[in-house]
This record gives sequence, C-alpha cells and structure tokens, in this order.
Amino acid sequence: MTSGAPATAKPTVASRFNVDSILREPLLGPLAALFIAIIVFSSVSDSFLNPQNVSLILQQSVVVGILAVGQTLIILTSGIDLSIGAVAVFGTIVMAQSAGANGPVVALGSTLLVCMAFGALNGGLVTMLRLPPFIVTLGTFTAIQAATRLLAGSETYRVEEGPLTFLGTSFKIGSFSTTFGVVAMVLVYIVVWYALSQTSWGKHIYAVGGNPQASALSGIKTGRVLFSVYIATGVIAAIAAWAALGRIPNADPNAYQNANLETITAVVIGGTSLFGGRGGVGGTLVGTLIVGVLRNGLTQAGVDSLYQNIATGILVIVAVAVDQFARRRSQ
Amino acid sequence: MFTLRRRTTLTIGTVVMASSLVLGLTACSSGSDSDSVKVGLITKTDSNPYFVKLREAAQAQADKSGAELVALAGAFDGDNEGQVSAIENMVGQGVKGILITPNSSTGVLDAIQNARDAGVIVIALDTATDPEDAVDATFATDNRAAGVSQGAWVKAALGTTAPQVVMLDGTAGGTVDSFRHDGFLEGMGLTNDSPEIVGQENTNGDQTKAQTAMENLIQRAPQTNALYTINEPAAAGAYQAIQSAGKEAQVTIGSIDGSCTGVADVKAGKIGATVMQFPAKMAEQGVDAVVAFAKDGTKPSGFNDTGSQLITDKPVAGLESQDTAWGEQNCWG
Repeated sequence: MTSGAPATAKPTVASRFNVDSILREPLLGPLAALFIAIIVFSSVSDSFLNPQNVSLILQQSVVVGILAVGQTLIILTSGIDLSIGAVAVFGTIVMAQSAGANGPVVALGSTLLVCMAFGALNGGLVTMLRLPPFIVTLGTFTAIQAATRLLAGSETYRVEEGPLTFLGTSFKIGSFSTTFGVVAMVLVYIVVWYALSQTSWGKHIYAVGGNPQASALSGIKTGRVLFSVYIATGVIAAIAAWAALGRIPNADPNAYQNANLETITAVVIGGTSLFGGRGGVGGTLVGTLIVGVLRNGLTQAGVDSLYQNIATGILVIVAVAVDQFARRRSQ
Repeated sequence: MFTLRRRTTLTIGTVVMASSLVLGLTACSSGSDSDSVKVGLITKTDSNPYFVKLREAAQAQADKSGAELVALAGAFDGDNEGQVSAIENMVGQGVKGILITPNSSTGVLDAIQNARDAGVIVIALDTATDPEDAVDATFATDNRAAGVSQGAWVKAALGTTAPQVVMLDGTAGGTVDSFRHDGFLEGMGLTNDSPEIVGQENTNGDQTKAQTAMENLIQRAPQTNALYTINEPAAAGAYQAIQSAGKEAQVTIGSIDGSCTGVADVKAGKIGATVMQFPAKMAEQGVDAVVAFAKDGTKPSGFNDTGSQLITDKPVAGLESQDTAWGEQNCWG
C-alpha cells in the first residue's frame, strides 16, 4: 500500500537507501514503530499475539479508526476537523431514536443525511466564507455536542439487536473470530485509499492541500474539492456512528468526547502532514493500530494506563518533528 | 557523512519510542506471579479523588489477601468505549472478577455479559447497572437514602422558614444523580413540581460550572434560602457565588460525598451538612468477594448498601449525625 503520493514519480526505496527516499515514503517510520511495539509486547506477554487478542485490538480500533479516515481527508487539504466525533455521536442518537419510530432503514438513511448535512455546514463555512477550518469546527463541535444532549434529553438509548448492531456481529475466518465492524473499517480504508491514489479527485485533494494557489491557477476548482472532502467526511462519520452502535448498542450523548483528538493523533502518528498535501490513509491505519497496540499491550503487561498516554504523546511529537524535517529537506 | 547524520536523526524517533516502551515495561511491570488471584478494577476516571480512594483501598485489600489488582479507568465521565475495552482486556488477562463503577448504567452491559459468560464474576461498585441484575452483585451507597438525609437536615435547619430551594444537579438522567435528587426532595417533603423550587441547573459536579450556575440563579432568585448540591465540589462553587452576593447567612447548603475537602468545608461553615459515603468499604468488600469466589466459588448477590453518614456541626433533633471531628477521621481523598 503506497501513501498515494501525487503525480510525481514514485520513489524507489531499493535503488539508493538514502534519507530523501525514506522521507518521501512517510509510511516507513510509522510501520517501524508498529513493528517494534509488536515485537516488544509479544516478547513480554505470551497472550499478546494470540488471535483472540489481535481480534480485540482491531475491534477496539474500529470507531476511531473509521473516523480517522475522514480526519485524514481534511488534514490532507491542510484543514483540521474538531467536530468529527461530535457529528458521529449525534448520528448515533438520530439512529437510535428514529429506529424506534421508523425502523432501521429509515434510521440509517436519516443518520447518513444528518451527518452529511453537518459536513456540508463545515464545508460551506470553510469554502464560501473562507473561515479557518480549526475555528469553524471548534464552533460546530461545541454547538453539535450541545445539540446532541438536547436531542437526547440527556438520556441514553438502548438499540435492539438487528441491522443497527450488525457491525458488532462476530463471524469466523477459519479459527479467527472478528466482527463486521472490522471489515467495515478495512473497506472504508480501501475505498478511500483507492480514491486518493487512483482518481483525479484524489490527486486534486493532494494538489489543493499542497499548494492551493497553484492548484487554482492550474484550473482545479479548489472550493468544490474542499467542499466535497467535508461531505465525504460526513459520510464517514455516519459509518462510524453505525459501527459505534455495533460495538456498544447504546446511544449515549456523553460518549466519544475525545474522538476528535484521538483521530488527529492517529493521523499525525501515521505520518500525514498537518500542513497538507503529504501522507495518506495507509499511514493513518498504521497510526490507529499503533495507538490500539500500545493501549492493549501496556494493559496486558500490567503497566498503568497513564504510561500509554505518555508514550502516545511522545509519538505525536516525534511524528510532527519528522514531518517538519522532511519538509525542510524537500524545500 | 552528511547523509549518515540525517539518517540518525530520523531513527531517533523510533529509538526513543522503543526505549521508552522497554523502560516502561521493565520499570513498572508489576511482578505478577501467576498463582495469585487477579482482580480487575475499572473506575469511571482516574482523576477524581473519590476513585483514587476506591483504587487505593482495593489495592490495600488485594495486598492483604495476596491477590493481584489490575486497575484501569475510562478517560472521562461517560467514556463507555474505554470501559468496554478495559473489560475485554481484563478478561483476556484472565482476571477472576471485575469490579466496575459503570460510566453509564446501560452502556457496558454487553461487555459485562460477555465477561460473565467467560466465567468472570462482575461486581458493580458505587453505581448500579440498569437492570441491577446485569452484574452478580452491587456494593454501593444507597444514594436515595443519602439524598433523604441531606433533605431532612436542610428542612430541619430551616425550621419554620418557608423553603426557597435551588437544586444544583449533576448530569440530567444520571442514575446516581436521580436517586440523590429524588431523595433530597423526599427528605424536604417536596416534589419536582413544588413551587418552593425556585431554580435548578446541571453542573456535572464541577466546581467552576456550579459557581457560574449559582451566580446566575441567585440573580434570578435572590430570596433563595436552601441549596441542594450533587456533591461537595458543586457546593464549594455555589458557596463562592453565594458569598460574592453577600448571602452566605441566608442560604443553608446541603451536600453529599464525605471527601476530606468537603468535611473541611463543613467545619469552616461553608457547607451546613454533608452525607458521607464510604468508597473504601465498597472496594474492600468487592475485593473480598472476588477472592472468596476464586477460593470456593461462592458468588455475592444483590444490592449491598455500604451505608452513609450525616456529618454536621449543627445537629438537629431527631436526625442522627456525627461532627466534623469524626468526619475528618473517616473522610476519603
């Protein structure tokens, strides 16, 4: 899986193993970190690599992992989305409430529409009013979180087992048991990876994120590209909402309060540049897994969970430092 | 040479990461011996002193009975996902029993069921699940009774004055919050629709939010003379607002919790009375129950009230209470 670099020639890692080629391959650092973590944990804990535990790590990564795909798209355009978790939580409440009244199909449909509408709101404010995404999504995050509590009347809603909890259903591949939520996460990654690396829409996203002025001059409709990215992120938030109800069949207005920051963490650790135009969802998947592996592995090893946050924090700083270094090299 | 140095910088990140992991693992791995009983404890958060006390008491009790305690927590109040992950990881680690203070009475039921299906006993501490029999047993304060104590004392302290009550609640719809709220009204002899209630606000039990809420409510209802608070931080924040408005002599404040800070506030006359809970008892009884289950399979069951105690330096006739000296001896945090 490449990181979907834009139309430049792909670097060959094998030809000359020098720094520039390493830096142009943002996946290498995160992958190395992931493998080191796995090696360390499997050497201190016998149960770390057993299939059941691997399956747990994947299941625990699903919701933030899906949301992180949307966050990657936004960050590639050099924006940031603080509202993404709140949109998904709003989606779970809509889904749970309308399922009771109108059945699962309408529930899923209306969740999709509502989350897309929030995406359109963010995208509209960013593109039409030219406001900074950080401020726009800070505002919508605050408002949506409050709206969620109003809508829910601060109650939690239990969802019946059925289509809405489908993504929590387990199935077996041979002896390996996993959930459809994990499959959904992988599918979201594959679809977006394909779109980013193989379609002109994807190339435009990299172009707009890397250099908006140049893209506009070369005829790319930058506003339209940006807007479409926010809509796509809304769709992804709706999928995350569905996955969240699969994992915990209970729509709770207080859930996932840190999801926005967790997605940014996964994206940054995965090597996507906060300055836009560099990185991709492959790295984000690795970043999500690093966080999941750290949490699970340190728990298994009996280490206080606060050390996990320290390790994650160090990783974020290191990842940003590497990115800065790479940018300076390439200029 | 030049290239080499660059490459070194790049790999520093990976090295830092690896070494911090290895260091972390070797430095703070609890030397687990595989024969001892593993007891899991999952608190709502690990920042609130109440849960810190719960954890310390569980640790002490586990040490005493030769068991090993694995303690995890949610990241914030309402973090169901974090608690579900913690349950799954503990079952994977082979704990005999899990003690949990659920962030939501319904949010973690499926994970609890899976743990019980895997042969782990699950005990709710401090907060009951809904339905209550989703866990093997519950060790908690009877929050309704604690609320009744607070209400009865406030009513008696007001004497013949007609009550003008402000209620500073926690979060709307919270289990514990509803029990305390309803209990207080029962103790006051009021209902939710009583005209004596002149204001209500949710504070999440947070001092800053409570102060802001009270500043606004006292503007709207300057005649307030009785205040219900969900916990002592809310009471402290409200007192700040009441004092700024120069009305501390006019308002009788009741609270619940029994933290050492809260007891000190009662002693200083900021809070009229508080109702102490005993988190250490919940933790000790919970650990004992898991150890007993590991030994011979006996399971605890039902709701076990760990009791509550009215603490005030202004005792009223007909209500049993202890003074703040006793409170300082028995407080938590």
